[in-house]
Amino acid sequence: MICSGFFVTSGEVEFCSANPILKYTQDDLSQRGVFGTLFCTNFRVTFISDEKPQEKTDKTFKNKLYGENDIPLMCVDHIYGVYDEKRKLITGGLVKNKYPSKMIIHCKDLRVFQFSLTFSKEEDAKKIFQGIAHHCLEEKSLKCVFAFSYMGTPSPEMQWKQETVMFDSPEDWTQEMKRTKANCRLVTENENFELSQRLPKYFVIPLTIGDLFSYQGKGLPIWCWSHYSGCALFKASFPPVTQEDGDFQKHLDTMINAVAHNHLYSVKTEDLSESLPNIQDIQQSYNKFKQFFLIENSTDFWLSDVKWFSSLESSGWLDIIRQCLQKAVEVVECLEKDNTNVLITEEEGTDLCCVISSLAQIMLDPYYRTLMGFQSLVQKEWVAGCHAFLDRCNHLHQKDKEYHSPVFLLFLECVWQLVHQHSPAFQFSETYLTVLSDSVHVPVFSTFLFNSSHHRESVMKAESPLAQSGPLSCPTVWDWSVQFDSKAQNFFFNPLYLEKVKHDRAVRKPHKPKHQRNLSLPSTAFKTPPKKGFFKDETDSLKKMLRVKRLSRWRGSPDAPAATTREFFESWQHRPLDYHGLLLPCLDGPAVHIWMQRYLRWIPEVYILGGGSVAVMTKLMELLSQVQDLKRVLEQRDSSQAAKLDHRPYFQHRLLSFDSSGRLSSSFPFAYTCYRSFKPIIPTGLMQSLMVTDSLASQEDEASSVVSFV
Amino acid sequence: DRSSGPRVSDTELRVYKDPSKDELPLLPEELVQDSAKDVTYICPFIGPVRGSLTVTNYRLFFRCTDREPVFGLDLPLGGLSRVEKIGAASSRGDVSYGVVCKDMRNLRFVHKEPEDSLKKSVFEVLMKFAFPVSNNMSLFAFEYKQVFPENGWKVYDPLAEYKRQGLPNESWRISKVNDHYELCDSYPATLFVPVTITDEELRRVSSFRAKGRIPVLSWIHPESQAAVVRASQTMVGQNGRRCKEDEKLLQAIMDANAQSHKLFIFDARPSVNAAANKMKGGGFESEDAYQNAELVFLDIHNIHVMRESLRKLKDVVYPNIEESHWLSNLESTHWLEHIKLILAGALRIADKVESGKTSVVVHCSDGWDRTPQLTSLALIMLDSHYRTIRGFQILLEKEWLSFGHRFQQRVGHGDKNHTDADRSPIFLQFIDCVWQMTRQFPAAFEFNEYFLITILDHLYSCLFGTFLCNSEQQRLKEEVPKRTVSLWSFVNSQLEEFVNPLYVHYPSHVLFPTVGIRHLQLWVSYYIRWNPRMRPQEPVHQRYKELLAKRAELQKRVEELQREAANRMASSSSERAGSPTRSITPVQTFV
Repeated sequence: MICSGFFVTSGEVEFCSANPILKYTQDDLSQRGVFGTLFCTNFRVTFISDEKPQEKTDKTFKNKLYGENDIPLMCVDHIYGVYDEKRKLITGGLVKNKYPSKMIIHCKDLRVFQFSLTFSKEEDAKKIFQGIAHHCLEEKSLKCVFAFSYMGTPSPEMQWKQETVMFDSPEDWTQEMKRTKANCRLVTENENFELSQRLPKYFVIPLTIGDLFSYQGKGLPIWCWSHYSGCALFKASFPPVTQEDGDFQKHLDTMINAVAHNHLYSVKTEDLSESLPNIQDIQQSYNKFKQFFLIENSTDFWLSDVKWFSSLESSGWLDIIRQCLQKAVEVVECLEKDNTNVLITEEEGTDLCCVISSLAQIMLDPYYRTLMGFQSLVQKEWVAGCHAFLDRCNHLHQKDKEYHSPVFLLFLECVWQLVHQHSPAFQFSETYLTVLSDSVHVPVFSTFLFNSSHHRESVMKAESPLAQSGPLSCPTVWDWSVQFDSKAQNFFFNPLYLEKVKHDRAVRKPHKPKHQRNLSLPSTAFKTPPKKGFFKDETDSLKKMLRVKRLSRWRGSPDAPAATTREFFESWQHRPLDYHGLLLPCLDGPAVHIWMQRYLRWIPEVYILGGGSVAVMTKLMELLSQVQDLKRVLEQRDSSQAAKLDHRPYFQHRLLSFDSSGRLSSSFPFAYTCYRSFKPIIPTGLMQSLMVTDSLASQEDEASSVVSFV
Repeated sequence: DRSSGPRVSDTELRVYKDPSKDELPLLPEELVQDSAKDVTYICPFIGPVRGSLTVTNYRLFFRCTDREPVFGLDLPLGGLSRVEKIGAASSRGDVSYGVVCKDMRNLRFVHKEPEDSLKKSVFEVLMKFAFPVSNNMSLFAFEYKQVFPENGWKVYDPLAEYKRQGLPNESWRISKVNDHYELCDSYPATLFVPVTITDEELRRVSSFRAKGRIPVLSWIHPESQAAVVRASQTMVGQNGRRCKEDEKLLQAIMDANAQSHKLFIFDARPSVNAAANKMKGGGFESEDAYQNAELVFLDIHNIHVMRESLRKLKDVVYPNIEESHWLSNLESTHWLEHIKLILAGALRIADKVESGKTSVVVHCSDGWDRTPQLTSLALIMLDSHYRTIRGFQILLEKEWLSFGHRFQQRVGHGDKNHTDADRSPIFLQFIDCVWQMTRQFPAAFEFNEYFLITILDHLYSCLFGTFLCNSEQQRLKEEVPKRTVSLWSFVNSQLEEFVNPLYVHYPSHVLFPTVGIRHLQLWVSYYIRWNPRMRPQEPVHQRYKELLAKRAELQKRVEELQREAANRMASSSSERAGSPTRSITPVQTFV
């Protein structure tokens, strides 16, 4: 039944199918659509049109794993059934007997699909509906995830993955410590997870900690990053403070003291579970927020347009983003201005700790604003750092909602705000972030499938002997060639990025990953840090005199710290902007925006034909490619210098040979509008939109008073 | 150097690089009227600062003396809407003065009352010069005599502009009926009407249209001949008056376009208000009287609603922004919703003309507020000429100035009557809509954001004559073109500052913007520009310019090398003639 070549992905098995199924075209109220076959496989739900595909749509940005009519099973968010004009959310119980006339699928990447089941045989319709509902909604075991059946061929282009530091070996950590000139200790005792299953395989702690094994590693300050002044950022899991256990309290004090010891005997601690929304708040807020983008028809669109701003505000999502960035700025201020060590804590130490520490590092360290640096950061803080991706993303459709939360997406949202505000500082583009946020729900990558390093290792070990041939071929998401060819990967690069001007070209060695540290700010910008070694011969009494400072309890007085960080921001803002130095976000209301590309890309009502930022970016990319071409011509000509060839990965920017770049839609490269006629989108329902009840509305335009003129 | 010349400061407080020069850079004919030391400016962002205040016949200038770096506050008096003493003098004899500006800011000063009660305080002098019209003095524009290389009054020549559109043609003729503004004193002298309508008929139509503003042509589509026609409301009244000449005129407008047998009449008002106008003698075209015409209401509110909306917006953005309720506060001003309705209206007009190939008539009540907003926005969508710097100037001269948008009344130049109900930010709203379009189509406009802000600054500054008076007739009577300098003289003498480096000229592109609130933004770099935290950034333009320079440099080097290689080859290949020339890879040439 399935024509050959259908399975783009090896290891894919069909469960069921039905024909004919009508897929409604979303941008159309007239209930028109395309007939075709709906399949459900172990990888995806897919619709194959009976009509010959128009070969005209030559996509430069095609995902190799799934196309525009494919929904990876993990990507399904909700399914609704329409029974006698009534829309019902499908849950396990409803599936039993009746099948709906229409099935609406909301995806986690915010696509909306609508299928009519009334045209195919009752049996088929029932089967496909139950099949899809079962495979997308029912709780399942990790082994059923497609990644374990996937047998992709390892790609030849492994350069990307290799340059991303995976933080799965002692060497990676040693190198990172060297890069940031950290003076800490690498822990290898957890190699076999004897110390704790919730801790990374390798990690770094302050030098003075002797006892590792008490309390299963709870409260151990894990090193994140060191500032050039010597102070450093640590994170730790803490049980709620209320736990009255004298011994444990003592243990914590020892840990805090160890952090303080790292540099100048100073530390600020911050309990994130007290000062930031918890993961359930985040989940609830996002659930509200995303509803505004899951648009099923244009009437809904224009109705929701009216109360747009207040709806956004009521979801609280932008406010959570602001709070996280604000907290990260506070951490940055401690490190950068006060040069004190910072210890951030929360119960598990792997949710908001990851968000805040990663954001602080991006603001402080320009290396993390490069593509490879950013990927390494995600590896360091999130993947090796044991963020519970499996539970938080709810890949297995567990009913227990307590553990679900889009924490990683929240982090990407915050990064997007930074990218949006300070574009030239980032090597990667917003398209890269959007694709990364989608990839979380593509069940092929090992990156987002596990709850911890221990979980990953134990599952991989258990699974690999079962695999028919050789080890499990489960790629990391950083192997972008699995999803995109090299042309499409060019969209990941930001043409606005200002590369650091290199003065000593001759000295620079090719091939070596550039881990040299760029100081985040010339130290004279703030007060000069006290000389290192000042406390070298300090006595114990001196130590006691300098009390360990707890960061203020921010919850009680929310304004006070905001005022000081405000000052910090303003003094930073008054200096000339250095894109390779410290970067701070402006957090005032008008400066926090919606990630339009991610959220509005599938909504035809907001497509700007021939416009949007893509119009600028394509122009920039074109120009950049011309500059690069010219440079290459010059290099080739310069035969005397031919020996010194640059081996950096060469990013070609010249893919954009559109016949008329003025006519791309703003949703490019995601949705294509070639098939749409060039017509404006006229809003409907304007009448309801603005009811000015004021008496002003009925006043005459011209006041009756005598016109006074010169 | 931005500090000299007729610029309005683009940040609230300008830092002076050379504090030793405390000379105020005066414009020609600008005279210091009074100055006072020991004035305190209560800056809402950095707190009170002490310094000296100078008032000239053009500007207010505050120079801070107690801070490093030295900075100043420099604004044209035309931007002031209200100056008043706040409360009584304090025990130390300090008096507080509040200054409300037209450009979204309020200033507060504290100053000692002069001991000699006969001496005028600097603020009394300020009040006099801020409102010259109320004090029987002339606006500074009539004194200012700077000479620029170009004469901006020559930018707009109506006949040349209509000729560009291919007019007159077999269907449209010039009428001299308003040559001396007898038919309509708020209309221009040059009018284009259908050839089948006589001047006598036009006279009759004028008594049926509010303020005599008859339907005349604004723009004609170069291919389909669909026309954009503007007018004021019909004087239908409660009894449903009709006018057969008016009916004939609209029929003639429809007939002038062979492509369509229909005519769309866009009434900018909400239908309720249009109906209410019948009570006062006005109204709208009934579809019984106007066969083949379809009437559409665009639901745009009147000048009073708009003024109130901007007032609310100012409350929300100045001086402080409430972070946690920013979005709902913004929504409650309805400002962007009004912008959406105006853009949506213009979009429907442009769509009917472009996609429907149908002629349209646009009017509101008097046809000088909402009508120019709609026609000029539709024209920008339809005709790429109006997206160039000079084309935009022509558009303003034509649709706004010659067709009598009442700038004097809406802005209140030099008039102290700040509560005047005729004031309204109609033109600002239009510029905001244009800005929204430039955001959506960043490569389609030749001008940049700075150009739009400059226009708005000089809308208030009263330095140039461009936005003075209410109509073409008044401007001629006051000899504005003779006695004042045009804003375009200044702009066109330094065009490079106003050029958008990303601009690509696509001659036939029609722009259809997206009007959903989701794609509209508050124009932060205008409305919140006084807030130092909202520092505007244009990294894209910057980067683009850098790349252009880089490309030019590299191209030059490649060409040099090529020439060298060609020379070398020519000398060596002369011996090996006949063999296939290994030609140099041709270097792409770029436009």
